[in-house]
Amino acid sequence: MSLRIAGMGWVTPLGGGLGHVWNRLLKGDIAAVESISSPLGRDYPVFRVPAEATAQAPAHPRLRRSSAISRFAVVAGLAALEDGKLKLDAETAPRTALVFAVSNGGVVYTKRFYHEIVESGAQAASPLLFPETVFNAPASHLAAILGISGASYTLVGDGAVGVLALKMAEDLMESEALDQCLVVGAEEADWLLCDAYRKWRLLRSAPPIEPFRQPPRGMILSEGAGAVLVSRSGPVEVQKISPGTNFWKQREAGGAVGKVLSELCDGETGLVVASANGTFIDGAERDALAENCARARVYTMKPALGESVGASGLWQTICAAQALETQLTPPVSYPGTDNRERLRKAVVSVCGLNQQVAGLRLALSRPA
Amino acid sequence: MVGAGVVSPLGFGLNETADALRAGRDCITPVTRFSVESCRCKTAGQVPDAPLAASEKLQRRSERLHRVAQMMILALNEALAQNPGFQPELTVMGTTSGGMTFGEEYYRGLKAGRISTRRAASLIANYTPQKPVMDAQEAFGLSAPCQVIANACASGTNAIGHAFACVRSGRYQRVLSGGYDALSELVFVGFDSLQASTPERCRPFDRERTGLVLGEGAAILALENFDSARARGAKILGEIVGYGISTDNHHLTQPNPSGSGAREAMQGALDSAGMAASEIDYINAHGTATPFNDAAEGKAIAELFKGVPVSSTKGMMGHSLGAAGAIEGVISLLALQNQLLPPNINFRNGDAELDLNIVANNAQPGRIRTVLSNSFGFGGTNASVIIRAIEG
Repeated sequence: MSLRIAGMGWVTPLGGGLGHVWNRLLKGDIAAVESISSPLGRDYPVFRVPAEATAQAPAHPRLRRSSAISRFAVVAGLAALEDGKLKLDAETAPRTALVFAVSNGGVVYTKRFYHEIVESGAQAASPLLFPETVFNAPASHLAAILGISGASYTLVGDGAVGVLALKMAEDLMESEALDQCLVVGAEEADWLLCDAYRKWRLLRSAPPIEPFRQPPRGMILSEGAGAVLVSRSGPVEVQKISPGTNFWKQREAGGAVGKVLSELCDGETGLVVASANGTFIDGAERDALAENCARARVYTMKPALGESVGASGLWQTICAAQALETQLTPPVSYPGTDNRERLRKAVVSVCGLNQQVAGLRLALSRPA
Repeated sequence: MVGAGVVSPLGFGLNETADALRAGRDCITPVTRFSVESCRCKTAGQVPDAPLAASEKLQRRSERLHRVAQMMILALNEALAQNPGFQPELTVMGTTSGGMTFGEEYYRGLKAGRISTRRAASLIANYTPQKPVMDAQEAFGLSAPCQVIANACASGTNAIGHAFACVRSGRYQRVLSGGYDALSELVFVGFDSLQASTPERCRPFDRERTGLVLGEGAAILALENFDSARARGAKILGEIVGYGISTDNHHLTQPNPSGSGAREAMQGALDSAGMAASEIDYINAHGTATPFNDAAEGKAIAELFKGVPVSSTKGMMGHSLGAAGAIEGVISLLALQNQLLPPNINFRNGDAELDLNIVANNAQPGRIRTVLSNSFGFGGTNASVIIRAIEG
């Protein structure tokens, strides 16, 4: 089965709009870092989505009380459908599935809800907040807004979850009952996450993110959403999605990434969009890339957009697809030695912080 | 299905679970893991710690592992013991909250200023929802890629159903599926705040039902392409033949009162199996005992199935959320293997609005060849699977 990318949308710290964000990435722009203050007296740098990026969110009752993650997802999802010129109606909606990727989920409301319990007791906990803490709340809102009434899945995982969601979409598309699948990854930032990643020794205290630097200095969290509409036609082919693998210890991550890249990289791979973010992932990817994809250019968008965990894999996929479509690449970390004029294939490598690894290969569709 | 394992309030393993079903054992007890003083509901189905602590398989790891990871390891141990050498190409599991209690411990420690950096890092690394699957795989040297579905209370059935679809499509030969969730304060208080949980007994489909009680546990089903399993002489426990999924966009926490979401999932499973409703011998209902769920589900069942025996086993063990569908998948298998209709305990008076053939209070013998198992969840997710006995 040939799977194609039919539409894309994203909401990022560099704004929204497929072309707008892509042009900023091409220029080498880096999103502005804001500071989040924790009530415990520590400040954390974070890349946040600017308000204007979600200004087009529909005035739907489902979004009235929802958290930022749901708004990011809805705006990105609608943008992907628009980009794919797909209008969901009584005929097309039942033939459309939704796969939602998330890692930390609705952390803002989860923290608020549990904070009420800790501070004031169970009797103070708000029944309005609790439903929004459930991992599939954003997917539910998106499905309701789009009118999707068939298959809807929320997948949880680490930074690899976005590509794992695309793999699930590929599996779902085996069914002739489906014409397309909307895959969305989203995340929202909060001081609690920053604090947790700091204690995990993965966060740095100030920008910039310096990918592939040794020793790694840490990452900066971000937020937003990415959406990819996969279908059986479109200009970019999803040639192969690795189902992924796992690693048990950080020092074993390189082997896992290498296993995935060995399935994906071939002589025509001109670009790898890597997940290097200033942590142990960088070393794992560097060694695996050198072994499996030495000639390709290597780009990582994390210095520009931060680490958005659940959304990252989708952002990387959009980036790879945009590079193929526009034949342009943002400023790369490694120039590679591939000097072919035309970029034919691009690989996305995703290594998560918590044991999951996956990847995929895109190619420009050959003319019929 | 070539392997099955289960840990739940009903017991550790298939045999204990079958005994509990046969006896209609009420395994709901007062909550001991956290204070429920300010909650309306004060009971739950809880997995006892002692057998976990005593398990040889867990002894070297128990300090770091979350309880739910320990349950997963024991369930996987049982499933793999029935089929040594089973090497999955994919793992599809369901959960709603993973290692939530580690997150709670982290937050409380943070607020109190009493948490070491070492403990904090361990809690964070092991809190993530997919971690129990990783831990369980690591314990047995498995490294299959993981798809962890978090479709609220339908997660476990979605996981089994999606795993089934993956095998049936021919893309995979062997897939491990199941579900897991452990009781946590946040979730317990959440259901209490919604007044979805009851201060009384859990009475699914009863006219005077007042809500659910929560539960916990883990269950694993090892799935393999039928021809491949038969060719290599594997013992086949049962066959999954149908899966239906639907999304009901009525409300974030309430099903469409018409029962349309439930009906579409069940009809989808029947269509997928190529079966008529009359071929179903028993329905293991979602049956949470909330007024809304049971009304919508009961209506949908009554419309599609005439007189088929129905029970919800949640009165015995509580609602284990992401694990529920997987545990009930195992219960459905046990119903087939033991030719037993599991009881719907605490049942007093039928709901006049629901024309259902409830297996009231006591397990009953029956000729059971096919079982339909339902799970429905927040977000409007609905899932049904059909499991068939292996003849001969």
